[in-house]
Amino acid sequence: MSNVPSNLKYAASHEWVLKNADGSVTIGITDHAQEALGDLVFVELPEVGAHYAADKEIAVVESVKAAADVYAPIAGTVTEVNQDAADAPESVNADAYAAWLFKMTPDNLADVDALLDAAAYQAVADAA
Amino acid sequence: MLKKTVLNAAHRALNARMVDFGGWDMPVNYGSQIEEHNGVRNDCGMFDVSHMCPVDLVGADCRPFLSRLVANDVAKLTVSGKALYSAMLNEAGGVIDDLIIYFLTDTRFRIVVNAGTAEKDLAWMQAKAAEWKMDVTITQRRDGANNLGIIAVQGPNARAKVWQVLPQAKAATEGLKAFFAAEVDQYFIASTGYTGEDGYEIMMPAGEAESLWNQLKDARVAPCGLGARDTLRLEAGMNLYGQDMDETVSPLDAGLSWTVAMKDDRDFVGKSALTAVGQQKQFLGLILLDKGVLRGHQKVITAQGEGEITSGSFSPTLQQSIALARLPLGVAIGDEVQVDIRGKLLKAKVTKPVFARNGKAVQ
Repeated sequence: MSNVPSNLKYAASHEWVLKNADGSVTIGITDHAQEALGDLVFVELPEVGAHYAADKEIAVVESVKAAADVYAPIAGTVTEVNQDAADAPESVNADAYAAWLFKMTPDNLADVDALLDAAAYQAVADAA
Repeated sequence: MLKKTVLNAAHRALNARMVDFGGWDMPVNYGSQIEEHNGVRNDCGMFDVSHMCPVDLVGADCRPFLSRLVANDVAKLTVSGKALYSAMLNEAGGVIDDLIIYFLTDTRFRIVVNAGTAEKDLAWMQAKAAEWKMDVTITQRRDGANNLGIIAVQGPNARAKVWQVLPQAKAATEGLKAFFAAEVDQYFIASTGYTGEDGYEIMMPAGEAESLWNQLKDARVAPCGLGARDTLRLEAGMNLYGQDMDETVSPLDAGLSWTVAMKDDRDFVGKSALTAVGQQKQFLGLILLDKGVLRGHQKVITAQGEGEITSGSFSPTLQQSIALARLPLGVAIGDEVQVDIRGKLLKAKVTKPVFARNGKAVQ
């Protein structure tokens, strides 16, 4: 049973989103996603300053088994990336919610509220 | 409905992550694929490979049949128990399957073929035996009555662990050089494998496989999934059927020339096509110099033209991404080439198609 914290929002494509006090959001992949992928060995992060539409491919995580795209859960501009996660991809396996991938300034903060809550994402993960 | 091996319940009891592997419900890992991989290189691990299909050949014409059926030459099998790796080709010289042939007596051989190709292999063998009017009875031993389970125990400590669990097998197997088999009671124990490490592949009546599995587990042999099996074989430079070669690929273009006995006048299926076409590509290794992961079907750009990766992943032993690739003739070991990964051209070095064996990197 994977871990789905109730304080986060989720995309059906297995990203988690945390709203920060400064209006930015922090984004990573879910525990379910890291478990399904297995041992991660490579993380490709977006460019700071780049703008992405919602559901656009924004990053890549690769395990020994497979490559998986990470999608922008909402439209916005990348403000910061977590180089530590790229340097140690296994940290995402160890704690997918601590090892965030990037931060964005949403075009529209209300888009975040429209994402899945923990219960709705749990249902998606259980069906996968 | 996925097919299940006799060890399916044992995998589920260990909380294995199960995947659909060519129609079989198989464990891809039991936790960490990299830990399983490293465990086999440094200690030992075990794999359920009961989805692979043993095929028994019995009859006076076993030798003449196999001599025409496969690209390697069974005349090399002179000592009882000796094993031979070979490709089985179609008339066009494409690879129907790669397999291991164990010579037991002149009227009894055992072949082990791949899981996903077993049905077509058997049909092909049966058709050729009838066409050539050979006195050989061909019986699959994977499904139904009299089926066998197969457990591969691999790694530097594999032999000692097997003897701990099957002490009666020690005398008959401790002298086994690589690529031999011995029959001990109900066990068929072969010093073959798909990891680049020492060890055994053990066949037994399917009903006894779970007991052996559990005894090995109690002896601290780590269960390993097909994920680790794939990265181990990739590091060892061993071909995977369906990725590195298939019915459209010549063994000469898949790094299997060493298994094709062309020199004498023996005829075998596919020989005339191989002779007519010759080698068109080289099968070599790649190590990625930039960051990323090489994968099958990625395009390789060389000074001599384009090639293609057939298998790629991350090498836990080298801590770099590695691949097997089909490259144009003229590309040399040591050349720097580019690989197209999601539209970016990354640098890679051409190597011999082997990366790690016997616990050590060989690059």
